[in-house]
Amino acid sequence: MSADALKRIAIVPAYNEERNVGRVIDELRAFDPGLHVVIVSDGSLDRTAEVALEHGAHVVKLPFNLGIGGAVQTGFRYAHENGYELVVRCDGDGQHDPSQLPKVLAPVLAGEADIAVGSRFAGDEGYRSSATRRVGIRLLALIVSAIARQRVTDTTSGFQALNAKALALFAADYPHDYPEVEGMVMTIKHRLRLCEVPVTMREREHGRSSITALRSFYYMAKVLLALFVGLFRRSVVPAGGA
Amino acid sequence: MILAAQTPLKVSLAATAASLVLVLVVFELIRSRRLRERYALLWLLTGIVLVILSAWRGGLNTIAAWLGVRGYPPAVLFAVGLLFVILVLLHYSTVISRLSDQNVVLAQRLALLETRLSERER
Repeated sequence: MSADALKRIAIVPAYNEERNVGRVIDELRAFDPGLHVVIVSDGSLDRTAEVALEHGAHVVKLPFNLGIGGAVQTGFRYAHENGYELVVRCDGDGQHDPSQLPKVLAPVLAGEADIAVGSRFAGDEGYRSSATRRVGIRLLALIVSAIARQRVTDTTSGFQALNAKALALFAADYPHDYPEVEGMVMTIKHRLRLCEVPVTMREREHGRSSITALRSFYYMAKVLLALFVGLFRRSVVPAGGA
Repeated sequence: MILAAQTPLKVSLAATAASLVLVLVVFELIRSRRLRERYALLWLLTGIVLVILSAWRGGLNTIAAWLGVRGYPPAVLFAVGLLFVILVLLHYSTVISRLSDQNVVLAQRLALLETRLSERER
């Protein structure tokens, strides 16, 4: 199926990204003029929302910072309520290169996957990061692979493409704190088809990533707890939806 | 046979008075609608259990003997009090978790409605 026939949107969560968000929007639209863009400003204190509007994006402005999961889910809800059929998710800091989008979109457009995740580690091209982070990333990948009974390499990638089925699930229920890992497990548990696609990502141009060394330990502990408890949950979507 | 340890009368009186004050304060908070019944139940239960154990010295002595507390039966009061405090705190953690989940949903709804409104006006 061609992407042009589908109502499609890019969801970009952004927290204080006034310097990056304009370029991200321009690049996405240059890649595909028919692609709508919604910027979810996650309680930004700078001009993120205004810049996004000036660049012609839809803007959802959260009244305070919800964290990445809450922000991304807001985008999913926006897309779901407005009847979009194809969703790409990418970060607002310019790390995700729109020229890589066709790779991420391909499995979803071909109907081979409900959700496709751009992985920095699936291909041969190296991705530089600190030793502790690499260990953590590998460990998470091993655990998620075991749970999913399918090899995954990059459990923290926010560069994803989703079809309407996956969108409906994530609009209804999406993990809050560090959603990509749990999201992968949820996807599998709901019997949606997940696949990974090798991509290259860029270094950030402005500002710093929100994950620091100390936080990554806290992150690992929380994610491992969430994964472990998740195994004992009968229905992944809480009844009534919270 | 070794005689089981007894609760000193003064300790019993002081503990009874303190637990009664707790029960009365909780009751007053409910009466003046500053504490909802659903959150007050655990507190009331705590107060009532402590009142009974404090005032009923024979009972406290017997329970202490069952539990193997030889030296000082009022230690059981501490243990029971601590147990209830932990329960109340745990209960609050669940309440806070639910409130923050609801808060997220509200923030998302508000933001989506604002967007819908402003896109309609434009």
